[in-house]
Amino acid sequence: MADERELHIEVPALTRVEGEGALEIGVAAGRIRALRLRIYEPPRLFERLLEGRTFEEVPDLVARICGICPVAYQMSAVHAFEALFGCDPGPWVRRMRRVLYCGEWIQSHSLHIHLLAAPDFLGCDSVVELSRRAPEAVRRGLALQALGNDLIALFGGRSVHPVGVRVGGFHAAPGADAVAALRARLADAVPEAEALVAWTASLDRPAAPADAPPLRCLALRHPEEYPMNDGGLASTEGHAFAFDGFERHVAERQVPHSTALHALLDGAPYLTGPVARLNLNHERLHPVARAALARTGLALPVRSLHDAIVVRAVEVLHAVAEAADLLDGYEVPERPFAEPAPRAGVAVWATEAPRGVLWHRYEVAGDGTVRAARIVPPTSQNQAHIEQDLRASLEALGLDRDPDTLRAAAERVVRNYDPCISCATHFLRVTVRGVP
Amino acid sequence: MDRREPGAGFSDGAARLRVAVHKFGSCDGCQLAFLNAGPALLALAEAVELVHFLEAGLDDPDARVDVAFVEGSIGTSEEAERIRAVRERARVLVAIGACATTGGVQALRNLADAGGWVARTYPEPDRVHVLPESAPVRAHVAVDLELAGCPVTTRAVTETVASLLRGALPAPRHEKLCLECKRAGLACVMVSRGEPCLGPVTAAGCGALCPGLGRGCYGCFGPSELPEAGALAARLRALGLDAAAVRRRLLAIHAGVPAFQQAALRQVGEEDGDGR
Repeated sequence: MADERELHIEVPALTRVEGEGALEIGVAAGRIRALRLRIYEPPRLFERLLEGRTFEEVPDLVARICGICPVAYQMSAVHAFEALFGCDPGPWVRRMRRVLYCGEWIQSHSLHIHLLAAPDFLGCDSVVELSRRAPEAVRRGLALQALGNDLIALFGGRSVHPVGVRVGGFHAAPGADAVAALRARLADAVPEAEALVAWTASLDRPAAPADAPPLRCLALRHPEEYPMNDGGLASTEGHAFAFDGFERHVAERQVPHSTALHALLDGAPYLTGPVARLNLNHERLHPVARAALARTGLALPVRSLHDAIVVRAVEVLHAVAEAADLLDGYEVPERPFAEPAPRAGVAVWATEAPRGVLWHRYEVAGDGTVRAARIVPPTSQNQAHIEQDLRASLEALGLDRDPDTLRAAAERVVRNYDPCISCATHFLRVTVRGVP
Repeated sequence: MDRREPGAGFSDGAARLRVAVHKFGSCDGCQLAFLNAGPALLALAEAVELVHFLEAGLDDPDARVDVAFVEGSIGTSEEAERIRAVRERARVLVAIGACATTGGVQALRNLADAGGWVARTYPEPDRVHVLPESAPVRAHVAVDLELAGCPVTTRAVTETVASLLRGALPAPRHEKLCLECKRAGLACVMVSRGEPCLGPVTAAGCGALCPGLGRGCYGCFGPSELPEAGALAARLRALGLDAAAVRRRLLAIHAGVPAFQQAALRQVGEEDGDGR
């Protein structure tokens, strides 16, 4: 029988993802017997190299964990230290941090949509090929990506490892002229981002099976804002807890099919990232983004990760519109930071990186020296969910399909999560070699 | 090996310059010099034949190429093997960014007990095979050009491609950040405000971003020509930094640089210093 065959599907190097990973799927007797999203990037041991460093050095060091979301690492770190030190940077810093974070969401999501994900939907291998088939969409995407990069550079000089962030605020405030120029570009980009939402919604996406269970989501939630760098954690299962409750609910456990430890929320896989954020916070979207989402007809809560490309586009629009609002009436402050006064204790915070909840915990000595660090990036939280999704998706597709079809479908499922293996590698407690 | 002298030209035949981008131990940030280039990325894809670049969707690691750009440091025995294969298949190898040129921030483990670090990070440390040192590419294979920076700039990689298209390797640039700062018309943050700054020992190339924001340089672009790290360390001490602070400052993004290590260790020797 066709479905009784033994099959080993291997993707030795995943393409169009951040960082380097592989996929191994073993099929026997019509069932998936083994499934591993394998990480072979070498560990960089970041948690160790932070030990002995002072809090002032941490924002520049943790940025180096990820070239795609350095702002997220800087944000979780500075908020953690400020919470411990009782340092309140005030409303100007708070607003400008959201603008900076908007820049990273715009940049990271635009890069993922156009360079990594969209080629799957239009049957090509790369953005180069895509630019011949959909030149207008690629032009618009690259322009939005550049806008995100320029927004980050406004505060930090460059978009990869920006240098403007410090505990307490910013090293310097951007000048009013530079802000006015970017504010105008953001306003002009709102219709472009609306067109992006409509374009992603027009792409042919596999539907979730009618009997697909609702996604188990974890995201930040704030009383008024679409969540970014403040609030608490909430889940679709009814959880609501502060950042320091993370370790009580999220544990890394060994699972039978893999030697990798997976992050589980009260014992089960869960999703973090744009789809989780939207499902838990769609009523907090900027009105412009909420209207564009409604026009797509996408049913809420989102049940399929194939719709993540639309959700990312909605978040791009939200970030463009919110950043434009926040820069309205901009004034250069007297001083762009509050002076932090270190004290001993445990510094804990989480923010919403483009890929989801990014949780930091530092044990700090009285002089502000880091004694121990623990960082849980979104991709390690999503890994168990990715594997669960792969199993369900491939079995629904039919394991009797030819290996190339199964391989392509599997890669596409992985890409829907926009995994950042570079981030995950440094913390994921994975088997780098010797997978049995 | 199909390798020729760097700069010997690529004009033979009608074929376009074949280019690969490889990643080793790193944050992915230097590949963004390509992926964040916008329309320049599409122009590059027209001007050259991109044959391998995993993140961009191109998967042909074993292809022979004219130019291989390499991001990341060499930190495992698998990586040591892989970089040899990359070298054998490339006429010109260009190391890009801090990790590939000095071992990067993860070279801090070179000064620590790397085995102990692994044991405290992974429950099954025996399965994690890291070499004791995070090394620059040049420690394993011959490198034709190094482009510094954490991250490398889009301008540096596109200038390099433009130069290679004309058959020449660009001249290496190692002038000090101070010169870039002067050209930008910035007041010296160390002289005028007493801000500790690594500019006098750091290569130019970033655009003097930190002094432009009023803060001292922390060394993203690695060692400049003739880095007088010992003299700078003495100056930093005179500004009031203790030995441990000077050491931390010198040993951060480019902890693998011998000149920085020597100056940092001398600091500890001169004071009882706690070593970090």
